[in-house]
Amino acid sequence: MQDKGHDQAPKTRGVGAKKVRKEDDRYMRGRGEYVGDIKMPGMLEVAFLRSPVAHGRLNGVKKPAGAEDSIFAASDLMDVKGILADSALPGFKSSEQPILAKEKVRYVGELVAACVASSRACAEDLADEIELDIEPLGVVSDMLDALKTDAPLVHDHWGDNVFQHTLVEGDIETIRREAAVKIEREYRTSRQCMSPIEGRGLIAYWDSRLEQLQIYTSTQMPHIIRTGLTECLGLSHEKIRVIAPDVGGAFGYKGILLPEEVCLAWLAMHLKRPVRWLEDRREQLTANANCREHHYSVTAYGDKQGRLLALDTDAVVDAGAYSSYPFSACLEGAQVASILPGPYDFKAYRCSTVSAATNKPPMLPYRGVARTGVCFAMELTMDALAREVGREPFEVRLDCLVRPEDMPFDNITGKHFDSGNYPECLRRAVEAIDIKSVRLRQKTPEADGRLIGVGLSIFCEQSAHGTSVYAGWGVPMVPGHEQAVVRFTPDGALEVRVGIHSHGQGLETTLAQVAEEVLGIDTDRVRVIHGDTALTPYSTGTWGSRCMVMAGGAVARACHALSERVANIGAGLLDVPVETVTVADGFVKTSADSRTVSLSDVAHTWYLKPQNLPDDVNPGGLEVAVGYKAGRDSGTFSYSCHAVVVAVDQKLGTTEILDYVVVEDGGVLVNPMIVDGQVYGGVAQGIGTALYEEMPFDRNGQPLASTLADYLLPGATEVPEIRIDHMETPSPYTEFGQKGIGESGAIGPPAAIVNAINDALSPLGAEICEVPVTPRRLLRAIADASEVKAEENLLRENMS
Amino acid sequence: MKPQAFDYCQAETLSGAVEKMTSADTRPIAGGQSLGPMLNLRLARPAALLDISRAKELRGSQRVKGGVIIGAAVTHAEIEDRMVPDNTGGILPRIARGIAYRAVRSRGTIGGSLAHADPSADWAVTLSALGAQVILERHSKKGPVRRRLYVEHFITGAMQTALLPDELLVAAFIPDVKQEDEFGYFKLCRKTGELAHAMGAVLHSPARNHQCVVFGALPGAPLVLTGPDALKPETWQNALTTRYPDMEKADCTIRMHVMNTALERSTEQ
Repeated sequence: MQDKGHDQAPKTRGVGAKKVRKEDDRYMRGRGEYVGDIKMPGMLEVAFLRSPVAHGRLNGVKKPAGAEDSIFAASDLMDVKGILADSALPGFKSSEQPILAKEKVRYVGELVAACVASSRACAEDLADEIELDIEPLGVVSDMLDALKTDAPLVHDHWGDNVFQHTLVEGDIETIRREAAVKIEREYRTSRQCMSPIEGRGLIAYWDSRLEQLQIYTSTQMPHIIRTGLTECLGLSHEKIRVIAPDVGGAFGYKGILLPEEVCLAWLAMHLKRPVRWLEDRREQLTANANCREHHYSVTAYGDKQGRLLALDTDAVVDAGAYSSYPFSACLEGAQVASILPGPYDFKAYRCSTVSAATNKPPMLPYRGVARTGVCFAMELTMDALAREVGREPFEVRLDCLVRPEDMPFDNITGKHFDSGNYPECLRRAVEAIDIKSVRLRQKTPEADGRLIGVGLSIFCEQSAHGTSVYAGWGVPMVPGHEQAVVRFTPDGALEVRVGIHSHGQGLETTLAQVAEEVLGIDTDRVRVIHGDTALTPYSTGTWGSRCMVMAGGAVARACHALSERVANIGAGLLDVPVETVTVADGFVKTSADSRTVSLSDVAHTWYLKPQNLPDDVNPGGLEVAVGYKAGRDSGTFSYSCHAVVVAVDQKLGTTEILDYVVVEDGGVLVNPMIVDGQVYGGVAQGIGTALYEEMPFDRNGQPLASTLADYLLPGATEVPEIRIDHMETPSPYTEFGQKGIGESGAIGPPAAIVNAINDALSPLGAEICEVPVTPRRLLRAIADASEVKAEENLLRENMS
Repeated sequence: MKPQAFDYCQAETLSGAVEKMTSADTRPIAGGQSLGPMLNLRLARPAALLDISRAKELRGSQRVKGGVIIGAAVTHAEIEDRMVPDNTGGILPRIARGIAYRAVRSRGTIGGSLAHADPSADWAVTLSALGAQVILERHSKKGPVRRRLYVEHFITGAMQTALLPDELLVAAFIPDVKQEDEFGYFKLCRKTGELAHAMGAVLHSPARNHQCVVFGALPGAPLVLTGPDALKPETWQNALTTRYPDMEKADCTIRMHVMNTALERSTEQ
């Protein structure tokens, strides 16, 4: 079902071509180089002692005798500042995350001491011998408890546990009085752990020749890490070089300045030896990778047809103990309030969001940031509305989806939808999943007794949002012009330098395709250089599905500028006026008689035969740096509809996905094959959110899953074949009409899958409003429903 | 997550292995599929590891009167691949095939699984149902001392067994399963290859007038029920709720359905 939108022959070059990834040659042969592959002479390994309790006064860190020079605590790092990530949003309360815990520990897993030894095992031995004197304090283990007046305080001087309160006020009184239908629900998404195959890790050393700190770290934003390090270490930027080698998945987990990075930087300067820390899976799961935990109380009002009229919501986001750099503790919560309305046009909206502080690890932005939870709350509400009025959920949605004739459209929270046909996207998904035949199938009981359900979710993804959006949040990082530097080598290959990072997105290929589109140079002759602050222009890095729009736009503009320089030199070599030549397919060509000179000849002349250059040659030569912003910086809006059929075993509580369809519109796709890969991976992660992944904490704030035997990730047998259909509505604001699409796969699955489960459970009157849907939760929902039924029957008997 | 330093030695023979089991700080290791992660997590901190995976007596298996003896260091994969005599009508290979992943099965051993006594282990539940025994041996001045225990008695709790500190599990004895015997097994895993969160095994042997029902993946040792009424749902339902009066209702429901499925399968096969 792919390529429905393409009538012409598939492109084999440039933008739109399904090119095999250039980077696959090394990845597929196991030749990638990650932090864990790098060894330095004299390198020491670091293990951290982490807090064993969630909340307590740290009265002492006693180092074992003789190990004083190998163990470092907060008192040793007196000249290092903690991590500060404030937001300028009104009422935001500041939290400074100490590099090593000072005075208090605020979550299990917080860094307390760094132990340095010749091997990791020996470093862990040292950590074992440290004695901690911690006076336990009351623990805030749940975000709703955190807001109670008698809750212990995570940050004593705050007076409460609220990082920030965002309120979008709206008048819903009129509708509240008149609405025919009212739906009230509570939704919860569990705390989850981002789990890239490669964990975090870094090496730091001091280069005495360069007088510069060198940090190899597994990050998706090397320049931001460098800026963050300057703030904590008091060094200037030129004293720090950050290199991100191959990175084995990031998903937001590696878009954060780490206390470990600051600590190892200090250790490297203090010890004058290379130091390395490789995160292990237990650290990742219990202490570091937390994300996604939301709670919603939603009241929706509709007319008697189920058309959504108004939405009234109180949301809480469990932000954990500290505000993380650079996105802060309120990005998720503030976004909840602004994006909850999703792709719908309705009359009245009110949303209050609290970002609560708890004694849990800081909550970090995970692929789909806030959108996954928001989509879950909104789309379950739409299904509840539909069930209430007895209509098909997709019909209720069609009533209020933003219409193509209204594009560009400013929605109820001022989000500017650039382009698209949302109803068409929904209709295609309904057709592809074949709801009619599912409804037919549901009329006959299944041979194995399972219940069949169909569900869908439709959502939009604001991506590549720029300066104005981030300046509004006032977080430490505001993206400006995205820059690219392009230059020809003497033999006519093209080097493209970008400040973003590629770690699975295939940008070494897609940015080369952009250059191929503009200059006609083969992607084989294009080298994309990224992941090194010394070699690339400043950038906020890879986040927010922004790279193809922002770095893609920058590379295109830079190649256009380079093309003019090439034309100038080429015209000189061909001895014709520059207006009479074109640059295409790797050649400068005269329009009159099609004489050509190759890009290689042009490059060769500039570098090695300058005596042959025309007199008016641009002295800037064959290297250009260009900055780029999209026509509007409010972001592109890609959108997608996920549709799924499930079979639910009402006895065992298990759910099997029988069919999964994604219809998505990411604007013009630079490489549709890579987009498919992004969608597959995202859906797999979304299936994890929906059915498997959960990091539970007990009342003492102890994390209860510490290995991948307890923290379940979907594997090959849990991820079905996913059918993808592309629509390609260009964005009017970007270079080729492309939109950010990198996160969408992970947004839709929890809503679509749980809607399908609830559809299957509807004959039993049961409904689930929480993910992941474990067998126990599912059976509990069924049991609750049967208890309600029994009570109703009893009531009826008593009445009669 | 690196283990604390430990000494390592290998045993080439059973007697060599048993003789080296003199200190409580010495842990035998074969496939290391459970002990390996426990070492890395520092949940186990033995002073020494005794590698018994090459001891030839522990690697073998043989038919004996009334059953088959399988050496402790025989891997799940070898049972799956029918490289040991099968006196169970295919039950053992089938169970072996359902253990975790092939990579785990290639290293993990039947003896290691029993000695580790994970409540969710397939062998603990299956062999309890089949009435199998473990053969234990330790060294004494007068020579090796052997004893036999039913698996049901050997596993005393979650990760707890009747093994003495200097004792080695050397083999499992599997009694013959008769052709007319009915066996059913079902386990529920949230994902393929992961530890089960509910398990049930059922054996009905008309010739011996023997019935057995085993619940696995419980908070403690497998719950083993025998006797003429063992197969009746009210018997095992009562037994489960009596042993775990506080078990959550949804949890109980899952286990009952799993056992029902095992029971259905026993009559289908």
